[in-house]
Amino acid sequence: MIPEFGHFSLILALGLSLALAILPALGVYRRDALLMQTGPSIATGLFVLLAFSFSCLVYSFIQDDFSVAYVANNSNSALPLQYKVSAVWGAHEGSFLLWSLIASGWTLAVAAFSRGLTFDMKARVLSVLGILCAGFVSFLLFTSNPFDRNLPFYPADGGDLNPLLQDFGLIVHPPMLYMGYVGFAVPFALAIATLTTGRLDAAWARWSRPWTNAAWAFLTVGITLGSWWAYYELGWGGWWFWDAVENASFMPWLMGTALIHSLAASEKRGVFKSWTVLLAISTFSLSLLGAFLVRSGVLTSVHAFAVDPTRGIYILVFLVLVIGGSLTLYAWKASGIKSEVQFEWNSREAMLLINNLLLVVATASVLLGTLYPLLYEVITDGKKISVGPPYFNRVFVPIVCLLFVAMAVSPFSRWRRTSTDVLLKQHWPFLLATPVAICLVTYIVATGIDVIAIGVETLAVWILVLLARHWWQAGSISSASQLGMMLAHAGIAVAILGVVVTITYSEGRDVRMEPGDAVSLAGYDFTFEGVQKVRGPNYLADQAEFNVTRDGEFVAKLRPEKRFYSVAQNVMTEADMDPGLMRDVYVALGEKVGDTAWAVRVHVKPFVRWIWLGGLLVALGGFITLLDKRYRRERRLVSDNVVGTAA
Amino acid sequence: MKFGRMKSHRRNRMLIIVFIVCAAAGATTFTLFALNENINLFYSPEQIVRGEAPLGKTIRAGGMVQDGSVIRAEEGLGVSFVVSDLKSAQVTIEFEGILPDMFREGQGIIALGQLTDNGVFVAEEVLAKHDENYMPPEVADALKNEHQSSAETYNKANYN
Repeated sequence: MIPEFGHFSLILALGLSLALAILPALGVYRRDALLMQTGPSIATGLFVLLAFSFSCLVYSFIQDDFSVAYVANNSNSALPLQYKVSAVWGAHEGSFLLWSLIASGWTLAVAAFSRGLTFDMKARVLSVLGILCAGFVSFLLFTSNPFDRNLPFYPADGGDLNPLLQDFGLIVHPPMLYMGYVGFAVPFALAIATLTTGRLDAAWARWSRPWTNAAWAFLTVGITLGSWWAYYELGWGGWWFWDAVENASFMPWLMGTALIHSLAASEKRGVFKSWTVLLAISTFSLSLLGAFLVRSGVLTSVHAFAVDPTRGIYILVFLVLVIGGSLTLYAWKASGIKSEVQFEWNSREAMLLINNLLLVVATASVLLGTLYPLLYEVITDGKKISVGPPYFNRVFVPIVCLLFVAMAVSPFSRWRRTSTDVLLKQHWPFLLATPVAICLVTYIVATGIDVIAIGVETLAVWILVLLARHWWQAGSISSASQLGMMLAHAGIAVAILGVVVTITYSEGRDVRMEPGDAVSLAGYDFTFEGVQKVRGPNYLADQAEFNVTRDGEFVAKLRPEKRFYSVAQNVMTEADMDPGLMRDVYVALGEKVGDTAWAVRVHVKPFVRWIWLGGLLVALGGFITLLDKRYRRERRLVSDNVVGTAA
Repeated sequence: MKFGRMKSHRRNRMLIIVFIVCAAAGATTFTLFALNENINLFYSPEQIVRGEAPLGKTIRAGGMVQDGSVIRAEEGLGVSFVVSDLKSAQVTIEFEGILPDMFREGQGIIALGQLTDNGVFVAEEVLAKHDENYMPPEVADALKNEHQSSAETYNKANYN
């Protein structure tokens, strides 16, 4: 009965989202204040219905209701409770229900926290969000209903959740990621709504900023968690693979980063307005494209959900409608938008422009690499290729290096123009350091250590030092926005430092080991003590024991496992590591290659945690900007004005 | 550096346009170069047997791992196995390292590596997806195109 309630409330939700799409817009069209104000109550209803529907699915999972096909395919009675709950978003249907729920959540948030908007504007924004929700919910109902039953013959037990996903990382990674993806719908809706009015003012940019920052910060957390999860759960020590699905989440992030910067310029100085609108549209379009790539099965990836052509076509049509529609509207309306402000080449505006260009180029290069296999197959009539990580590294790294240089200088530039004195004053340590660095690099080239790595490390340290000095100078942090910005920049520097050090100085080996064998790597000695059988709730494991020492001193006992999940008939590698701020010692068990011999991978990865630490710092910075009083105070001011003019 | 209002405005615009054009041209050239160098074509076992695959160039090969074909070295992590398209075409693949968890006989896999003079494919990387029902689309296609009926039998046996 419960799944039927869930299904039924999903149908009602479709009705309400259509009402949300139509009624407020109709109100705007007819200048009917009553209709215009229906938005918030419909949005509340929509959220409640989807939340109820979602709870019904969670309930079915907890109750092991295997008559529901989705539960039967993705759960098992032996699955631990927390994984039964997270299994709800472990596959396509349930994860899209979560996606829709989050979309309605953002819609509700917009309805609740939008005092700064005029009635007219609020109605338009909610209508756009209503259209998107209607698209999502109808997709669920017509192509991927999670409540479909296996009646009358249902299995006695479920097929179990994919063992890869039975992990803490997966409990939190998708919700965070979706908060980000769908969150970009808010600036998108605002951009579309503004385009329909034809008025782009500073209030629009100011209002967009906290929402964009929030969505972006969530996406940052999501991507960081994803990378961390890949590192210990599936990557054999790798943390980024330029996999199609990773790229799908990375592209909106890059574009969103450009949007954040461009919004700042639009709000403060009224420049780049139409460009910012285009970025808002592109960011959300890339989120949708990501959903399409992951869920349609057009690309091969470790993450992709099961292939179903109807789903692919449905999302493709939705994608074309949303992107095509918004770009048409843009082409039609944006020509009327003009920015009448000038700035110098060394002003903050120019810096932000450089940032935007580089980020857009970076996004385009990732997009090209991701879609090229598809294009190639179409052009050459079925020849299949893959684009390897070397492409991405070759193209992406130089762009990031340029961005990094710009990032070092830009926070200290001023609006309109920056006097060269100021730049010199801020940067004299680096100007002094440069000759030293050059000598150092020359020396190192002669002895053969990676030059780019040294360069990037120097830059990262330089950025951190500058930010720290800025921090200590009394009174120089005037607002939460600025604090957030500096934290985010510091986070990027920390993450990049982690990336470069890890790539350059990591050591790893695959070896064949018998019990009693020892292998040494980067000063650590790994002794293989032996393997024993261990039984988990839904798996059997071979658990190895490694004794790690350094110069004879005990460091850690590591117990990597090779698990066999009997229901899913899956083998899983469960690596074990001794984590540390300065280095991770990592051991993963490969296959059994002889009577008692095992294939073993050992890694020593310096600074690898800095990657995720930096990511979290970036996200923290994003969240801190939300605390800025300016957004709240000025919001009230704007609404006072509105009341004033209305009366 | 004193310019008139209009003039500095125009100069800025020029600078920006020049910057964009240069950056775009540079980035495009560079990107296409990098792309061209790093695409890996897929070859089915039949194509490799017929000699259509280039030697000494990084390509991808894939197929079903033949039952009983996996041979491990006595020492170290060397392994060799045969992939086939379930009919006549067979390619021997050699690999040194740890095979993925889902690698097993009768499973569809893809290997990235180079074909050598003696017809042996030396792999740098072996990929198998983490799902026992999954078959790489390339492998599925290779099976389907050349041997429709056997591929379908295979699909039926495994998917239903």
